[in-house]
Amino acid sequence: MHPAPSVILFTVLSGLGFGFLAALGLGIVQPAGWAAFALWGLGYGLAVGGLLASTTHLGRPDRAWRAFSQWRSSWLSREGIAAVATLLMLAPVALSDWLGLGWSRWPGIIGAVLALATIGTTSMIYAQLKTVPRWNHWTTPAQFFAFALAGGAMLAGQGAWAVILLVILAASLVAHWYFGDRRFAEVGATMGSATGLGALGAVSVFDPAHTAGNYLLREMIYVVGRKHVAKLRVLALVLACLIPGLILLAVAHPMATAAAVLTHLIGAFAARWLFFAQAEHVVGLYYGKR
Amino acid sequence: MTQVRLNTSPKVSDEIRRTTCYMCACRCGINVHLKDGRVSYIEGNRDHPVNKGVLCAKGASGIMQVTAPSRLRAPLRRVGPRGSGAFEEISWDEALDLAVKWMKPLRDTAPEKLAFFTGRDQSQSLTGWWAQAFGTPNYAAHGGFCSVNMAAGGIYTIGGAFWEFGQPDWDRTKLFVLFGVAEDHDSNPIKIGLGKLKARGGRVIGVNPIRSGYNAVADDWFGITPGTDGLLIVSLIHCLLEAGKVDLPYLAQFTNAPLLVVNDGPEKGMILKNAESQPFVIDRRTGQPAPWDGKGVEPDLGATWQGHRTVFQHMAERYLSPDYAPEAVADRCGIPAARIRSLAAELARVAFDEAFVLNQPWTDFRGNRHASMPGRPVSFHAMRGISAHSNGFQTARALHLLQIVLGTVEVPGGYRLKPPYPKPVDAHPTPHAISTPGKPLPGPHLGYVRSPEQLAVDVNGNPLRIDKAFSWENPFSAHGLMHMLIPNAHAGDPYRIDTLFLYMANMAWNSSMNTAEVMRMLTDKDADGEYVIPRIIYSDAYASEMVAYADLILPDTTYLERHDCISLLDRPISEPGAAGDSIRWPVVEPDRDVRGFQSVLLDLGARLGLPGMVNEDGSPKFADYADYIVNHLRRPGVGPLIGWRGDGSDAGRGAPNPQQLNRYIENGGFFQAHVPEEGAFYKPWNAEYQDWAVKIGLYETPQPYLFSIWSEPMRRFQAAAEGIGPIQPPDHLRDRLKQAMDPLPTWYPPFGQETAADYPIHALTQRPMDMYHSWGSQNAWLRQIRGRNYLYLPTKIWTEQGFAEGDYARLTSPTGTIVAPVAHMAALNDNTVWTWNAIGKRKGAWALDEAAPEATTGFLLNHLIPECLPGDGRLSNSDPVTGQAAWFDLRVRIERVGPRPHAEPAFGPIPRVVPQGMERAHPSSDALGVSSGDPRRAAQPTRSGGGLQR
Amino acid sequence: MTCLPAKTDKKLGLAIDLDTCVGCNACVTACKGWNDQGYGAPLSDQNPYGADPSGTFLNRVHSYQVQPADAAAITVNFPRSCLHCDDAPCVTVCPTGASYKRAEDGIVLVNEDACIGCGLCAWACPYGARELDAVAGVMKKCTLCVDRIYNENLPEEDREPACVRSCPTGARHFGDFADPDSKVSRLTAERGGFALMPEMGTNPVNRYLPPRKKDALDASPLAPLLDIKATGFAGWLDRMLGKI
Repeated sequence: MHPAPSVILFTVLSGLGFGFLAALGLGIVQPAGWAAFALWGLGYGLAVGGLLASTTHLGRPDRAWRAFSQWRSSWLSREGIAAVATLLMLAPVALSDWLGLGWSRWPGIIGAVLALATIGTTSMIYAQLKTVPRWNHWTTPAQFFAFALAGGAMLAGQGAWAVILLVILAASLVAHWYFGDRRFAEVGATMGSATGLGALGAVSVFDPAHTAGNYLLREMIYVVGRKHVAKLRVLALVLACLIPGLILLAVAHPMATAAAVLTHLIGAFAARWLFFAQAEHVVGLYYGKR
Repeated sequence: MTQVRLNTSPKVSDEIRRTTCYMCACRCGINVHLKDGRVSYIEGNRDHPVNKGVLCAKGASGIMQVTAPSRLRAPLRRVGPRGSGAFEEISWDEALDLAVKWMKPLRDTAPEKLAFFTGRDQSQSLTGWWAQAFGTPNYAAHGGFCSVNMAAGGIYTIGGAFWEFGQPDWDRTKLFVLFGVAEDHDSNPIKIGLGKLKARGGRVIGVNPIRSGYNAVADDWFGITPGTDGLLIVSLIHCLLEAGKVDLPYLAQFTNAPLLVVNDGPEKGMILKNAESQPFVIDRRTGQPAPWDGKGVEPDLGATWQGHRTVFQHMAERYLSPDYAPEAVADRCGIPAARIRSLAAELARVAFDEAFVLNQPWTDFRGNRHASMPGRPVSFHAMRGISAHSNGFQTARALHLLQIVLGTVEVPGGYRLKPPYPKPVDAHPTPHAISTPGKPLPGPHLGYVRSPEQLAVDVNGNPLRIDKAFSWENPFSAHGLMHMLIPNAHAGDPYRIDTLFLYMANMAWNSSMNTAEVMRMLTDKDADGEYVIPRIIYSDAYASEMVAYADLILPDTTYLERHDCISLLDRPISEPGAAGDSIRWPVVEPDRDVRGFQSVLLDLGARLGLPGMVNEDGSPKFADYADYIVNHLRRPGVGPLIGWRGDGSDAGRGAPNPQQLNRYIENGGFFQAHVPEEGAFYKPWNAEYQDWAVKIGLYETPQPYLFSIWSEPMRRFQAAAEGIGPIQPPDHLRDRLKQAMDPLPTWYPPFGQETAADYPIHALTQRPMDMYHSWGSQNAWLRQIRGRNYLYLPTKIWTEQGFAEGDYARLTSPTGTIVAPVAHMAALNDNTVWTWNAIGKRKGAWALDEAAPEATTGFLLNHLIPECLPGDGRLSNSDPVTGQAAWFDLRVRIERVGPRPHAEPAFGPIPRVVPQGMERAHPSSDALGVSSGDPRRAAQPTRSGGGLQR
Repeated sequence: MTCLPAKTDKKLGLAIDLDTCVGCNACVTACKGWNDQGYGAPLSDQNPYGADPSGTFLNRVHSYQVQPADAAAITVNFPRSCLHCDDAPCVTVCPTGASYKRAEDGIVLVNEDACIGCGLCAWACPYGARELDAVAGVMKKCTLCVDRIYNENLPEEDREPACVRSCPTGARHFGDFADPDSKVSRLTAERGGFALMPEMGTNPVNRYLPPRKKDALDASPLAPLLDIKATGFAGWLDRMLGKI
């Protein structure tokens, strides 16, 4: 799959944002005054920024509002609704924290649940796709939740929890790669089943349909940069989990937390790039490519 | 939620205009939909006899051809060095005055100094007539470069050919055997036929080194070694004779098998004649001579009379030779002997065990009445794959002989000819080549030679034509040798010319044998600084590679902006059961300063005062081509079109009808005159058919004839080569004439075998079904389908040399070297490589980006093909009988060179004569259906040919 | 709307005969031409005369080679377009309801006015049936020529998809798979028509008819009339012509 920067930005930033908003909503940290403004602002900024980034991926962003209508069947629609509901539900808590209004924190609890639901819906957009066997696996939501929770905990300054969650994240990444590398074969789609000609013999491409490029090749049959996969996986683990964990264990200072989060983010981008670039869509079988 | 309400009956278009396609040579009927005066959609015409509603990829992309940015826009005159691209736009009057200024003195002093050759045009009865009126002997179309072996091999044998001049009886045939590449001629009819056959569960057998296209759907594939088709065919004949599985009654009645061959003396090898100069047969009933066309005569195939034996005996003796046993030919053909025997058995099984009769009585030319029409459901088709070899003519003859011994020509279930065929060789003209200043040529240029005195040579045996057609080098070159035009003109062999006048022939690229050489010849100068070929006038609709090399460019229209006639005088759209012709008419008007070439030619003719093109007072006889189509008479009552003549009720013969074109337009652009049912089969011998053919003007008198298993015209040349007769060939050609002019179909190895050890691989091209020659690359849709070509390598070569995806290979022939991208093909003869033809383009041509894949990784095999055979004498690399370009004789060796960014040779860009295309045109700014108000729609160009920038 | 209909009255679709398709691409450009001026936005082309052309096509023809273990390789031409699946994942993933399956005939369509061009439906489709148009920004796909098959402005015989009407070999058949007596149903039954990638659980409506058995010619060799070596040519001739 084409690792579109807009989608990588969206999933990483909004994942982190909703994870942090969940922490804020649960009151794990309870900032006040301008600190509250800054922290809630950071959470909202990450979540909303990510959402906005995702709209640049659309062919017709002017119609993005239509995406709220199909909650009954569409994970993408559910994600939009959950995201907006989260942001709305948490707004009074944020306002209350900022202005010291002392309003009930119950909406915060509900908002936190909604934030987690949002992360779940985002992950399900990918995990539901049978056409991308690597994604169509429990490790996809596991990875998304682990990223959100670990990132949220880091931002919330919960060093110990964050370290535990980073370990879980590392495990979820390794699991995603381990199972992911086997998923395509497990699902069993082959050039033989794609063409229905497998019973006759070994199928290979003679002439591609059209020698010119097309949307499918660009979007779904992205094969650039895969040879760096092993290196990138190590880099992702080191940057997203190992170094932030070590920093958090070594130093308890807001600047250290910031450094840990930034390193984590770079690692998260690498992991997410891999998430897309390594994902092989079954349509590639028609082109003899994966 | 409720479902979106959809308008499922949107308006389709404002108007449909029905005309004839010209995206290739197939001539299908098309419905051109128009919206707001612009072409919006093109589909096949269901009523049309050729395509019956279907349409190929090219036809359905016509809208992108009519709006292509490569269209020439105005007449151009060269102002810089040739090939520099320095042109100035001039008016039509200036252009025509200049052409007349160049041509007129030639006509008055030396008409042969004008050479007029056309490419894939469909108006050869006009262009030939014009050239005849001009008086030059140097006229032909591109048939010599294309497939004259098919045409001539057929006409000299069965009085008709494959190509599109006949077709299998698709409704009844059960076994269809396809030889060679055949995917760009008669393409929709063959596809329709294959579909019918498949739907009935019939069997298709493909004999082709390459299993793609039609061969991909073949039930059985014989991946033959190129150039050995003739050997396989005679081996099949061997098997059939050995088993006695031949149609003896058919041979006895309809072929020259029972005629007697002179045994000895000066007439040795000629058909024995009686005192009245008529051939005769031995009647089985009496054992005595009887007229060949006598009623009730039962010809004896096994007769020997006064020492003279029948053709049948000669034939049987030759093909029964153990030299032709499958076991003897298998290795050379690359096909196991058992499979050859199996194929022969299948042919025999279907031809004889599945024979049937149509309950249709008929009368033959002898006056014998037959109660029914026996049918044999085996049919064949072939095209360039067998013919573009130096043994192609004999191979085509051999394939017709195979059809004949099976008794499957012109019978139900077999191969059927289309009017004006069948037509015996003797009913064709002979070539005319003696020019007289200021006078027309005494007869047509092209024809069918029967004996050495009909050659186009002077008293010393030197060629009269610039292409040396109809000379001892290629006596039966019925379509000329366009591929030798520029090399010969450049070499001054046989003489120099002054003006080269070309129409729709991309000689500076894929329509020449050796492209780089031809480009050099076109710009080469004499010691005195003049171009060796002093003047070049070129007409084309598009910015092809050739345009840059012309001195004067006459821009043609596209096919939807013009009149044309697809005439029975030329290559009509007949069906086996109907004579048919058709027209094109301007369904849209040109938006540029261009004119249909045929109208320009008539205008030029009038300005030159050519006979037939001016009235007595010197004024132009025809206003334009449309006027000519309606009013020109070739013979009394016979004009370009057969439909709605006279008062509108005459077919075939009749006075010109001013309403004729309107009647064609009302009828969808075509006319058909149906063969009476009793005349539908056995046409060469069927009295009902013969009378009908005379009635509609195909001939002046009935022309029944016998199929020529033994070819007397060929024997006359062979005899001359043996030293018999007063007119003798040059000594250096005797040996090859003796071999090539064998009166019985034969096989000899293609020329160039001596290099086989160093160049063990055969290199071929195929024409894709979705591209027509070079035209497709300028088409925004078609070039997305096939904008790159690869050299396909068989598994054996691929693995032996360790090729991988992305690799290039160096291909070397005795003539040159190319470097080209490769791909693997499993279903391919082990010793054959191939590519799609004419995908490679010169940078800067066809209004494409210079970085277009066609111009970077695209490549041609032409650089590997020589114009002349090795050795002295500039002998054309062609079939020695017909002069057909033998490009499939190409042999190469191959080596892996790893990944490359660009194919070689890489030529520099040619200067543009039109700006590079940027956006494609759009049929309509208002789409049908649901969507509207889309702000991005404004970005979609709506002007035809819009968005150009320099 | 995004949910799939529980059942459609008809199941319109194509049966594509791989034994007959010669790979001519006629269906490809007939489709392009019709849909460029038909349902919804035009099918745009980027860099049509440039170095890297790319355009929207709703139907593309692949060509595959199949190498059996012990026989000659075969070449199979393979048109690919929307299969109008019964369980179309492209429909259920759509966040706006633009993608839908018609209850009356099962055609899967995109209401382009509601499409936001998110591309998720194309991701969900195993068959590459959907292409996002770069100019219109909306998803394009085979409509089974819904603007032809019921179009009262067209003659009855032309009310079939443009690809079917144009196919020169008649390798494309259009009809109702819900009707067991329809041509497409009968062909599928007779020829063992199959669905593509059944493991994806999409339940495609379209069926592909497989290539027939190839290279199975097994006619036994013809028996010679006699032993020519023994009898000579004269003996052969006598035996041969004695048959007349």
